[in-house]
Amino acid sequence: MAALCEGYTLCGLVPAQNRLCSGLRGIEEERDSDHVIVTESTRCATLYKVSDQKPLSSWTVKQGQSLTSSAVFNTKTSEYVAVSDNKVIRIWKEEDILLDKAFKATVSADVWMVHCPRGGEPVVLFQRGDVRLLDSLLAAPHQPVQEVLAQEESIRWSTSIVTEMQQMVIFTTELKGDHFLCLQRLNPNSLQRYHLEREEPGLSPLSFSTSYRDKHICLLYLYPNGHVYESLISVRGSGAGEGSEALSLPRSLILSLPVGDDLLEAAAAVVLDDAHVAVVGVPHPCAGPGKDFLCIWNTNFQTLQAGKEMAGKLYGQLWSYSNKLFIPHGKTLSVIPFACPKSCLASALGKLKQARAEDSRPPALVPSWNNILHGEKHQPPKTAEIRKTVSWITDEDMCLLQTASAEEVKKEVEGLLTRQDVQDLQLSLGQLAVTLVSRSLAEPAFYTPSTLQQLVHTQCLCHSICPDLVALALEKKDYFLCQLCLQFFPDIPEVITCACLKAFISLPDADAERLSLEPDGVSFMQILISREHDQVGLQNGFTSTSCEDEDAGSGQQRRRKDEENARNPPEPVCPVGVHKAALINEVLQAAYSDTFLLPHLKDLSSQHVILFLQYLQFLYQQYSLEAFPQKHSFRSPSQNQVSWIGFACCWMLKAYCRTFTDLLIESSSCVQVKLFLQLGKIESSLQQINEMKVKEDVGAYSIEVIELF
Amino acid sequence: MGEFKVHRIRFFNHMPSAIRVMAFNSHTERLVVARADGAVEIFNFADNYYQEKVIPGRDGKAVEALCWVGRRLFSAGLDGEITEYDLENLRPRNSMEAYGGPIWTISSNSQGTLLAAGCEDGTVKMFEVLEDRIQFQRNLSRQKGRIISLSWHPTGSQIAAGMLDMIKIFDAETGHATHRLLVERGLQRTSNSQEVVVWSVAFLSDHTIISGDSAGKVQIWDGITGTLVRTHLLTKWDVLVLAVSPDESSVIAGTSEGTVVQFQFISSTVDQQDKQWVRTRTFKSHSHDVRALVHTDTAVVSGGVDTQLVVRPLLDKVEKNTQESAMRKIIFPHRNLVSCAKKAGLLLFQFSDHLELWRLGESDGNGETRAHTRLTSNLRVGRFGEDNICCSALSPCGGWLAYATVSSVRLYRLQLDNNITPLVPLSRLQVSKLPKELNSVHQLSFSSDSSKLFASSILSSVIVASVKELECKYLHTFKPPSGEQPVHLLSPSEDGNWLATANTGGEIHVFDLHCSVPVCGSCPTAVSIHPFSCSLVSVHADQQIFEFSLKQKEFTAWSRKLQKQGMHPLWLQRDAPITRVTFNPNNPTHILLHDTSMFCIVDQILPLPEEKTRFYNQSVLQSLSLGERLRNSHAFKVYRNFQNLLCVDLMEDHSLVVVERPLLDIVSQLPAPVQQKKFAT
Repeated sequence: MAALCEGYTLCGLVPAQNRLCSGLRGIEEERDSDHVIVTESTRCATLYKVSDQKPLSSWTVKQGQSLTSSAVFNTKTSEYVAVSDNKVIRIWKEEDILLDKAFKATVSADVWMVHCPRGGEPVVLFQRGDVRLLDSLLAAPHQPVQEVLAQEESIRWSTSIVTEMQQMVIFTTELKGDHFLCLQRLNPNSLQRYHLEREEPGLSPLSFSTSYRDKHICLLYLYPNGHVYESLISVRGSGAGEGSEALSLPRSLILSLPVGDDLLEAAAAVVLDDAHVAVVGVPHPCAGPGKDFLCIWNTNFQTLQAGKEMAGKLYGQLWSYSNKLFIPHGKTLSVIPFACPKSCLASALGKLKQARAEDSRPPALVPSWNNILHGEKHQPPKTAEIRKTVSWITDEDMCLLQTASAEEVKKEVEGLLTRQDVQDLQLSLGQLAVTLVSRSLAEPAFYTPSTLQQLVHTQCLCHSICPDLVALALEKKDYFLCQLCLQFFPDIPEVITCACLKAFISLPDADAERLSLEPDGVSFMQILISREHDQVGLQNGFTSTSCEDEDAGSGQQRRRKDEENARNPPEPVCPVGVHKAALINEVLQAAYSDTFLLPHLKDLSSQHVILFLQYLQFLYQQYSLEAFPQKHSFRSPSQNQVSWIGFACCWMLKAYCRTFTDLLIESSSCVQVKLFLQLGKIESSLQQINEMKVKEDVGAYSIEVIELF
Repeated sequence: MGEFKVHRIRFFNHMPSAIRVMAFNSHTERLVVARADGAVEIFNFADNYYQEKVIPGRDGKAVEALCWVGRRLFSAGLDGEITEYDLENLRPRNSMEAYGGPIWTISSNSQGTLLAAGCEDGTVKMFEVLEDRIQFQRNLSRQKGRIISLSWHPTGSQIAAGMLDMIKIFDAETGHATHRLLVERGLQRTSNSQEVVVWSVAFLSDHTIISGDSAGKVQIWDGITGTLVRTHLLTKWDVLVLAVSPDESSVIAGTSEGTVVQFQFISSTVDQQDKQWVRTRTFKSHSHDVRALVHTDTAVVSGGVDTQLVVRPLLDKVEKNTQESAMRKIIFPHRNLVSCAKKAGLLLFQFSDHLELWRLGESDGNGETRAHTRLTSNLRVGRFGEDNICCSALSPCGGWLAYATVSSVRLYRLQLDNNITPLVPLSRLQVSKLPKELNSVHQLSFSSDSSKLFASSILSSVIVASVKELECKYLHTFKPPSGEQPVHLLSPSEDGNWLATANTGGEIHVFDLHCSVPVCGSCPTAVSIHPFSCSLVSVHADQQIFEFSLKQKEFTAWSRKLQKQGMHPLWLQRDAPITRVTFNPNNPTHILLHDTSMFCIVDQILPLPEEKTRFYNQSVLQSLSLGERLRNSHAFKVYRNFQNLLCVDLMEDHSLVVVERPLLDIVSQLPAPVQQKKFAT
């Protein structure tokens, strides 16, 4: 369990007038973990010994000049490097007292930042994206510098890391609302650009943080809506395609922080280790709307591990060096030591191992769902971004889907489906379906059942891709499409399943028989029902109807028959038509979780419940007949499924029992009486099943005929 | 494909015996299981958990402890004897009386030089393991009360003994007890005066001692100071057995509630050194007492009173979602307990202590599916002597019945009378004089014309004897060119020309031709010679099927095609081995196979299933029209509506005999499990 220790003040701050900026440009680690150099955004850089909370020395540039890059410490030469007024590189040693007397060199272009990671050499990142090693730059300070970035592109954040093989500079840029990650490798130099997936429109990442583990750079970034994403970049990378085209960077949402009502403004997230993230400027989930908190979250278990309220305003700045967090707040810079012990239980239970095995695989650079789906949901008509990834759906196609008549759309989609060269079939089909469904919802006159059926039949769709499809089918009373969706979508939520059930049950039988449905399910029901008729005709090996004909008048015969009926309850009659039953079967076989299903089942009216229970009872009895298993077909609900939903029903009724009794007392409506009757029948048929099982075991020998196909 | 008349039989009251103790040999990857009836079974974990060898037990010889010493297997029991088994000839090699009363436990040191036995009279007896036998060396200092459990320190210098109310640590050199660890009596049970039994101890290399006792505790002791470090209370009932993983980082404990609880030696945080034993996982694979446990590198193997052997892989040690990570339950033996007389319609059921002979009933013949017809008669053949039956055979004509125990073979002449009323009991005559070569036999089979008896004997030889009119004459002994492993499968060809044998070394020999089939890595689980094409079909423990043409002496084109294309993944995922191969004389291209969960007709004409085709497609085919059906069908026609199959065979009248043993029937014969509250009411 991670913990935040008691913090202490390192120094006071002079925040900017508008109090939006802390007045700190940066904090860099100095010779060891106990020394840091703090650069203020004005003119001053100060060296502190952290444990003593004491400045050791301080350097200031002249009045009128300002430091534009935080000072870094080169451990190899024990020199400090900083940039003043964007172009002047200054290098000094600890014994230098006056900065003006130390070395300085003016370069030809504006510098963004100087980085000197531990174990690496100082590198200079220019504002236009070029990167030079400081040594080679100083050899010829006026050497021309390349324009790496596009015209309106600008750097937002940068860092540098050293891996086993080489040093690299990582920086992010923004170009017209799009964000890019540039990975500049040094010696040999190569630049790789990645495109960050868009979050909701208008949101840009608030903070970035990197860590290096298992040959991968892990980039963590926080958006104003509280989403923290992680992207893994292999350091080996692909030499090919260098610089030419921005690859899309896959990301995974590792935390979704609570943000309250409005978006975050000044917040930051910093990686502490592979399971912990420190976050500032985000509300504590248990403590009101204030955002002045420093929290440590565990990303493996999605839990808040430690939190601390900071006095004064937070500026969205946070640094972490060797188990200490540096956080400017109000008018002070505080140091807060922390501990993030790794939990061993997870590794003992095999959780970490699997995670690690997955991590070590280089992430495949494929366009992710989010790009297509979430982007699409918020701005349905806009397809520019989608076109980039879904290359085979051209502009014209999309246009056509949006405007053309139903027949044309049908033809067009058929054409698209016949194409063989499709790579991301699921993406593309999902895209198609979403477009069609949203258009159908928008224009009541437009509906293309056969096209949608075709799309569902590809089995590439699921409910999450196209969440409105089932609702649309229900609205249009396209029960065949509903049936297909229930069959092929593994992820239909219970509320929709229940809506389907409701629609199916309330469908009049006469209408249902007119529907054309999936033949497998219907044929199964036909077999089931035809069996039922056979059984009536051939009970216990003799034809009771003929008996009845012969001795219709004989009271004795009739009494005997009644007795027999009392012993063997009469064969049940299917309470719903074949087609309707086939539809209900689909609902029975849909995946659901009973806890989620129950609340929605309660919405059914009592007539529907009775009908449904009757049908379930019918299925029970059919299934409990011994010879039945051989008649199973592909689309038949298993006995378990039937019993489950039956139990769910009973449960639901139990929950409503009190209401019903009240109702009974009040109205003594015969509907409720019937309901209890049905319940009793179900109970007895459950008992029958158990009895039948016992009987089956007693019959230890039988001669049967089976058929193999 | 067509219809089959099926005799569906559920009256074979086969009752597997409870698992008493297990031992695992990590070098050979063999697990040995001893059951309550004294039978010892050997499973090959490297070969799909195939039950390679079975050594039947005998009356009054309950095995309490098993121990591997190298490749040698020793057992001890309450009869006070230590027995070594002859694994080549499947019989006890020699027994030695320990003179200490019933033996509760044996354990060998890691060097394999000494065997310690814990006896009822309170002594730990040391035996020296010699080349051909064991020799008593000395007693450790005698204690009061029986020695229930023993565990050597891996260096062999100390030995811990679990007793009543205490654990004693002995110095193996001097034989003196150095520590006495008192185990407190149960806290929860009312009978506080009842003494606590230390059912199991484990001595780890860092001198930690872990004990499991009848008060439901797992306790961790420091063996150097003799102090209690930690107590985990697992259950109200007994902790019956402990097992340690080979790297000593994990310990599992089996309880009377049927649970297996895992403890792991971990630190609470990753980088720290202060490791401790933490209870991590609980497995519930059994309904009754877990009496035997083995902790392999990757899996927990457990067995107990509910007779099932359960192999449960640890998910942090194996790759997820592979076949390796699937749980295995082995319930039925991997060999045939049923033999059918195809021509006479008789069935022979083999139990451990008797045989039952049944005649199939007749149906009224008009396709009535549910006509019940009583069996005409049955016969129980009692067993002579104390030994349990190891194999039995019925001749195809139904005229001969043979069975064997470890020490003797019996042959009976059955006189059938079909013409008279079917309820007349069969009469039987014992053939008294048998050739002396027929003494130690582990598999029996009759030729298809019922004139010869084949018996696999010592040194993987096969003895041929002729049987005729109450006479049995020794004819010949087939000796294989190689191999010392016992023959576990015998399959004579229909025309009587050939005899195929398979041994647990994985070799298949065909005699009369003296040809050997190329050895494949896995042990054959069923072999049979095709009556017309004279090809040998063999199915192996890794679920592969081979067809070897005896005329061309090469694998047939179909077999090569099958190997080239590979079996369907769902076929390979089945966890029970195929135990019988039969052919359909009506349709020479059909091969009938079965395991415990399905039977399958392989049609060699139809295309083999591709990896993506729906493998279990019977229900789909049923709903299709005839033309569609032909297009969609593939070679493997799997019928799964019969479950827990012990035998599927085709009789001469082309009816199928299916012997089922419903699991519920087995469960209903088990003793009641310990009582547990299910609901908090």
